Amino acid sequence: MIITLMITGFEIHGTFKLMGFQTAVDIHNFVGLSWLVLFAFFVFWLLTTGEWKQYIPTTKKLFAVIFYYAFGIFKGHKHPVQKSKGAKHNPLQRLTYLGICAILLPLQMTTGLFYYLYNYIPASISLSNLAIAHTLPAFFLVNFLIIHVYMTTTGHSLFSHVAGMILGWEEIYETTHIQEWENKATKND
Amino acid sequence: MEKIKTSHGTQILGTLLILIFAIWIIPIAFADQQVSGTNKIPGMKPYKLTVQKDKHWTTTDHSKIKSLKQDFKSGDQITRACLSCHTDASMQFKKTIHWTWKTPSGKKGVTNGKAGHAINNFCISSNAMEDTGCLGCHVGWKGTEGEVNCLACHGKEKFDYEEAFEDLRAFKGDDDPDTLEIINEIQAEVKNAVQNITMPQRQNCGECHFKGGGGDGVKHGDLDTSLAKPGKNLDVHMAVQGANFSCTRCHTTVKHNIAGRLYTRPATMERTSLIEDDMATKITCESCHGNLPHKTNSKINDHLNKVACQTCHIPEFARVNPTKMWWDWARAGDLKNGKPYQIKGKFGKPTYKSIKGEFRWEKNVKPEYFWYNGTFSNKGIKDTIDPSTIVQVSHPIGDKNDPDSRIHPFKIHRGKQPYDKINKQLVAPLLSGPKGFWSSFDMNDAITRGNKTLDVPYSGEFDYIQTTYAFPITHMVAPKENALDCNQCHIRESSRLADLTGIYLPGRDKSNFIDSLGMIAVLGALVGVILHGFGRFFTRNGKED
Repeated sequence: MIITLMITGFEIHGTFKLMGFQTAVDIHNFVGLSWLVLFAFFVFWLLTTGEWKQYIPTTKKLFAVIFYYAFGIFKGHKHPVQKSKGAKHNPLQRLTYLGICAILLPLQMTTGLFYYLYNYIPASISLSNLAIAHTLPAFFLVNFLIIHVYMTTTGHSLFSHVAGMILGWEEIYETTHIQEWENKATKND
Repeated sequence: MEKIKTSHGTQILGTLLILIFAIWIIPIAFADQQVSGTNKIPGMKPYKLTVQKDKHWTTTDHSKIKSLKQDFKSGDQITRACLSCHTDASMQFKKTIHWTWKTPSGKKGVTNGKAGHAINNFCISSNAMEDTGCLGCHVGWKGTEGEVNCLACHGKEKFDYEEAFEDLRAFKGDDDPDTLEIINEIQAEVKNAVQNITMPQRQNCGECHFKGGGGDGVKHGDLDTSLAKPGKNLDVHMAVQGANFSCTRCHTTVKHNIAGRLYTRPATMERTSLIEDDMATKITCESCHGNLPHKTNSKINDHLNKVACQTCHIPEFARVNPTKMWWDWARAGDLKNGKPYQIKGKFGKPTYKSIKGEFRWEKNVKPEYFWYNGTFSNKGIKDTIDPSTIVQVSHPIGDKNDPDSRIHPFKIHRGKQPYDKINKQLVAPLLSGPKGFWSSFDMNDAITRGNKTLDVPYSGEFDYIQTTYAFPITHMVAPKENALDCNQCHIRESSRLADLTGIYLPGRDKSNFIDSLGMIAVLGALVGVILHGFGRFFTRNGKED
C-alpha cells in the first residue's frame, strides 16, 4: 500500500511518468483513503492489545545497537538485543518505528487528507505549502523504506528476517526472554 | 396447538408478503434512482423537452398572410409588411447592438462596438459605419438607412433580394409578354422567399458571425462555416446527429436583445440553471450541466472553481476550417505593375493580399490560457498606447485570486497595424470606397480620412506596431472522450498552463529545495546501504572461514 502510494505519489509530483497523471491520482486517492481506514484499525489494535508499549522509546542499549550495525556486524559480533515475544523491537527499531508511526505517517495522512479536500477547507493554507508538507515526508518515507528493506538482510541468513517483515511473525529462540530493562521500558508508563 | 399453527401460518404469510413487496419495490426504487440520476443535471428536463424534436410550433402560417401576397418592389416594402402585424419589432431591433453596433464603454466620451471607438487588429474599424465594406453585415436593406431587414435573420431561404429588385426595376414598363412572364416569375420567387419565415437558424447567424473579419473563419477560431452542419466531433451541442442546437438555444433573446456577448459582463455572475430560470439572459455551461457535472470523478469537479469547462472540453479550435492567426498591415500596399495581387498558401487561403497585407492561417490550434472573469480590457482609438510594447488591443480581465475568475481558453490573433507616432494612439484607416486604402494604397491618406469619421485627431505621422486581440473560445465543444488529458497541464515540461504562474499545479510545480533535500536523503540511504552491504560482504560478517 505504502509502495503504491509512493509510486503514484511521485508520479503526481512529476518525478517520473509511468501510468499517466489521472490513473496515478485515482489510485493514490483510493489507496490513500483506504490506508486511513486501515490505520484506524492499526491504532485500535495497538491500543486494545497493549502492543503500543513495544514502541515506547528507550535509550538503553540504543547506542549498543547503533554500534553493532556500525562496527560489530562486520566483526561477526552477536546482536546486542535478542527478539522476544514481549519485545519484538530493538531500541533503534522502537525509536524509528515510533517516529514513522507517530510523526511521519500521521503527518502524511493529515496533509494528504487536506490535499484531497483542499476545496472544502478554509483557504488559509496555500496549496504549494500543503504540497511541500506532503512531499518532504514522502521523501523521508522512501529513505526509510530503503534502509528498512536493507536491514532485513542482516539476519543470520540473508532472508531470515523477510518472513517476519511480511507476516509480522518470526520464530524466535525459545531461550530468549524479555530482559529486565526491556520490561522496565515497557512498564515505564 | 391450533392457535400456534395459525400464528405460524400468519408468520409465513407475512414473510412472504414482505418478500413479494420487496421484490416489487426494489426495481421501482432503482428506476426512481435512475430518473433522479438524470435529473441531477438541473436543466436536463427542459433541455430534453426542447431538443426532442423541433418544437417551434406556431399559430401563424405566413403563406396565408394577405400582406405577404403583394408584389414587392423593395426591401423596405417587405419590412413594412412584417410590421403590419409585428408592430414593435423594428423599434425593438433598432435599439439593439445588432443595429447600432455601439455599446457603452464605461469611459467618458468613449463608445465601444464596431461603430464606436473600439479598434481591432483585423480591418481595424468600421469608421463609424462609413466604411461601406463593413455594411454588408449590417441588418438593414440599405446599410444604416431605412428599415431593418427582418429576413436576414428570419428568412429560411437564402435569397438575393437586391438582385431581384434590380431586375424588376430594369424590366419596369416593358410589356413584352416574355418579359412579363419573367417579372411574374421573379415576383413569385420573392413572395415565396418572403413567406418562408423561421426562427433564426445557424445559417442566418452564420452569414455574418461565421465570416467576421471579412471571410470564413477569419475572426473567432471557434466560429466558421463548418458549424453550419457540424459533425459530432466538432461540436456536440450543434451536431446535426447530436443535440442539433441552433444558436438561439443558448443565445436567448429578450426583445431582440440576444444574450451571450462576452464583452463587459462577468459570466460567473449568472450561474443559474435553466430550471431555476428558464429565461436567464445568458446560458452558460452550468445552466444545463449544473455545478457538479462530472458524475464519477469528484476530483475533476474540484477544478470548477478555477477552471472553465471550455478549457478541457475544447482541446483545439479551428478543427475543420482554418482560422487566421496573423495579419501584418505593414506589408500591405505592394503592387505588381501598379495592380494589387494576392498569394495563396496552404489550406487554399491567401497568405498575402496587397489590400490587406500578410496573413498566417492555422488549423487545429491549441488555445492560449488566461484568467478570465468574463470581461475584457480593450484599447480603443482614444486610448494612449505604449509603443515600446506589444499592445493588447483586447485582452481578458481576471486574476488568480479573484473568486469569479477562471482559467479560460482564448484565440490570440496577432498582427501589426498602424498607429499615430506622435499622439501614441491606434488609428482607424478608411479602407473601402473610392477614397479608401483599398483604392488609393496610401495609408497616410486613409488614416487621415478614417480618423476624421470618428473625430479623432491624427498627427500625420504613423508607423506599425505589433498587437494582440483575444477571442474567448467557447464553441466547438468536443465529445467528452476528446477532452484534455490531465497530463496536458499537470506536467513538468510544456504544460499548457506553463505561462500561468503564481499558482501551485501538481505535476507541473515543485520546490527545488525540498526536492533536492529529499533526493539527497533518498540517495544517501541508497549509498549508505550499498556501502554497508559491501562492508559486510568483504568482512563476511566477521566470520572466519
